[in-house]
Amino acid sequence: MPHKTFVWLCLLPLAVITTAFFLLPMARLVVTGAEGPQGLAGYLAIVTEPRYRATLINTVLLATATTIVTLAVATVAGMFLQRHRFPGRAVLIAMLTFPLAFPGVVVGFLIILFAGRQGLIGDLTNRMFGEKLVFAYSIWGLFLGYLYFSIPRVILTIMAAVQKLDVGLEEAARSLGAGPWAVQRDVVLPALGPAFVASGAIAFATAMGAFGTAFTLATNIDVLPMLIYTEFTLAANFATSAALSVGLGVIAWAILALARSFSGSTVAAAG
Amino acid sequence: MSATLGHGASVRIEACGKTFADGTRALEPATLDIARGETLVLLGPSGCGKTTMLRIIAGLELPDAGGRVLFDGNDMTAVPIEQRNVGMVFQSYALFPNMSVADNIGYGLKIRGMARKERAARIAELVVLTNITGLENRRVDQLSGGQRQRVALARAVAIRPGILLLDEPLTALDAALRDRLRGELNRLLRALGITTIYVTHDQSEAMELGDRIVVMQKGAIAQIGTPREIYFTPKNRFVAEFIGAANIVESPVENGHLVLPGGRQPIGGDANLPAAVAMIRPETIRVVEAGGAPLCGIIDSVSFIGDRQRMIVSGASGKFLTVDAPNTIKAQAGERIGLLIAPDAVRLLPPEH
Amino acid sequence: MRDRLIFTGQLLFTLFVAAFLVVPAILSISAGVTVNYFRGISSGVTLQWVFQVWDLYAGTILLSFVIAFATLAVTLLAGVPSAYALHIRGGRLSRIVEEIITLPLAIPGLAIALALLFTYQGFGSFRRSWLFILTGHVIFTMPFMVRSVMAVFATVDIRTLDEGAASLGASPWRRFRDVIVPNAVPGILGGSLMVVTLSLGEFNLTWMLHTPLTKTLPIGLADAYASMRLEVASAYTLIFFVMIIPLLIAMQMFADREQRR
Repeated sequence: MPHKTFVWLCLLPLAVITTAFFLLPMARLVVTGAEGPQGLAGYLAIVTEPRYRATLINTVLLATATTIVTLAVATVAGMFLQRHRFPGRAVLIAMLTFPLAFPGVVVGFLIILFAGRQGLIGDLTNRMFGEKLVFAYSIWGLFLGYLYFSIPRVILTIMAAVQKLDVGLEEAARSLGAGPWAVQRDVVLPALGPAFVASGAIAFATAMGAFGTAFTLATNIDVLPMLIYTEFTLAANFATSAALSVGLGVIAWAILALARSFSGSTVAAAG
Repeated sequence: MSATLGHGASVRIEACGKTFADGTRALEPATLDIARGETLVLLGPSGCGKTTMLRIIAGLELPDAGGRVLFDGNDMTAVPIEQRNVGMVFQSYALFPNMSVADNIGYGLKIRGMARKERAARIAELVVLTNITGLENRRVDQLSGGQRQRVALARAVAIRPGILLLDEPLTALDAALRDRLRGELNRLLRALGITTIYVTHDQSEAMELGDRIVVMQKGAIAQIGTPREIYFTPKNRFVAEFIGAANIVESPVENGHLVLPGGRQPIGGDANLPAAVAMIRPETIRVVEAGGAPLCGIIDSVSFIGDRQRMIVSGASGKFLTVDAPNTIKAQAGERIGLLIAPDAVRLLPPEH
Repeated sequence: MRDRLIFTGQLLFTLFVAAFLVVPAILSISAGVTVNYFRGISSGVTLQWVFQVWDLYAGTILLSFVIAFATLAVTLLAGVPSAYALHIRGGRLSRIVEEIITLPLAIPGLAIALALLFTYQGFGSFRRSWLFILTGHVIFTMPFMVRSVMAVFATVDIRTLDEGAASLGASPWRRFRDVIVPNAVPGILGGSLMVVTLSLGEFNLTWMLHTPLTKTLPIGLADAYASMRLEVASAYTLIFFVMIIPLLIAMQMFADREQRR
């Protein structure tokens, strides 16, 4: 058989699977979003309806906070680990990256163990101050949960980027008289810029779409994925949940596409 | 030269040009005949279209509409490479990392359904022929550059192809290795006597290996000829300068002589033009006493090459002249010398557009 | 002196972060094997909770593996030839196709699940079977397999090897078998590890697509967290760790080995 035909045949299974189980469903989703009483205007509800808008803002704020804190923590820890060698380094790295594949549910459970009603923090504070500090089910618990699955991912990316830094640039800065803080500010952090953008985008998009953690913590905190879930399963508002899903998908995709145009490599969210 | 009873197929490409999808014209329509058993070298700088021409003959690229490729008179244009029975050596060798040396060499035979015992015998034959005894069970990444080249050759030759195609087989090697292998390759090709098409940008390879050379420039054929024809009678300035060193002299002509700042130089043959562009090879210029010589100049520098000396002479022609003199000539920089050139060593070239 | 201070400060910070990540996991593991969580380790170590989880959820755990390996099979059969085709073809069409198959990573699992539900709710028996979950997993993990294999193709210059085999007379199918696939093995292995790990841990998609009869391990975990006592939930989490951590280690080791080459 001619080579060209063979190549097309190679793509056929993937084409069939993707069309049947992704492209068609996504198209159906978009159509469903416009089937509500408001029709196409239902898509704007995410910003016009006060309840939805509040949820959207909440989710964005949470995702932003997660991204900023994760980047800061991962940079300090990542640079430290990449630049120094000491006994136990490998173990430390393993400890920081093992939660990489944990689903959100497990993270939620771990947060409950940590800061829930019978959690470790509650225990300690009870013994020290006589009062139990329980915050797993509040936005702080959710925030901590988001940090939990974001930090491992971002640390790996940052460490890889730090490894690729040209040490010669830092040495040049120092030879010109720059102190350690100036070197960080003027040479290192700017050079890490693309890595920040790429991993920050991943962290943001993942936090926006994270469902399992919020579900387990059964918080009263409105985040967009939980709203979509309740609209679909409890209120059976198919059109609304579809429209909100499309909105969420578009936002996540846009963030990642933007980041990709800055850093020039493929980035993807997960979890 | 080549065996009179050559093996393999004769090749003809007719009006084969190639324009790529992005609009680049890699090859102007070219027609070429290659005799059975001949070694033809496609020579030129990078981007001249030589590899494209090779790939069209191989069947890895289709020529633009109207182009035809014929093996022994049979139209092969639409036939894919798998069915053309060519042996090809790629520039990067393309050895299969997942197979041992022996398996690599035997792969084409396996495809053709040869029995294991026969295959092993043929592989052994080739291992001896290409001088790689002892390497049969090695993996590809354990081989040096020169060894890989030999394995690639053995693999291509094993299937007894009608045509052997070599795409810059020595380019990936370092200079010393390249010189050594060039001689080996030449002996091997002579011994095999198969129709061979060899692509290179190295003119010394072309001169040593080719029965005929096709000099290419910017997608078109500049000249086809034997090494001697190309060297002594280049058709234009590009060919003259690409093969060997050349002095290109532009000057007015008077009475069958080039009128130069350092004197006058007779031109052999018909010279009825007001001005000429001439090529003079450095080794054809004899260094003599300045007194009485028709052309004189001053030596700028002398470099000892080993088997001769290379002198740069100024003041004779408008620019510098490169002169290759034997080591017996004792001359130094700053000296005024005379230059004696036989009239038919002055080769006239067509004027540039 | 100042350098030492900075070093110590950073070290402590990093240890603190590591502790934050590790301590809850350790708590969970210990809770899973303690007789009574509230009385702590002093109440004794036991495997009773683990056995109880096994009794309750063996079917679920098994289904998780079935789905994970089925996902692997599908991604191999569809993904490896596609990676070859996309790499060989190159050009704009290939880039667009890559974009499209990578989209499921950008779009939240919840959205994809809803899309699948809206489209296939009419197909009753399909929607109720584990094959429905399989489709979600395949869509989500396919880009990892394809990208992993394409990355290897780029380093090995598969195009020239392909031409080399063709010049020796091999048909396209023969070349695929003898040359393309064997040289893609590192990418296939790396991709496979990734696909299985992701499938075992997938929740967002699966939660929306599952039925009481088609539950996977993460679904079971959510159940346990909501309705079971802490020790049972912890034991279940422990089983999950035991399954997933060796895979993570294998992936890390594999990545290190590939990087060192």
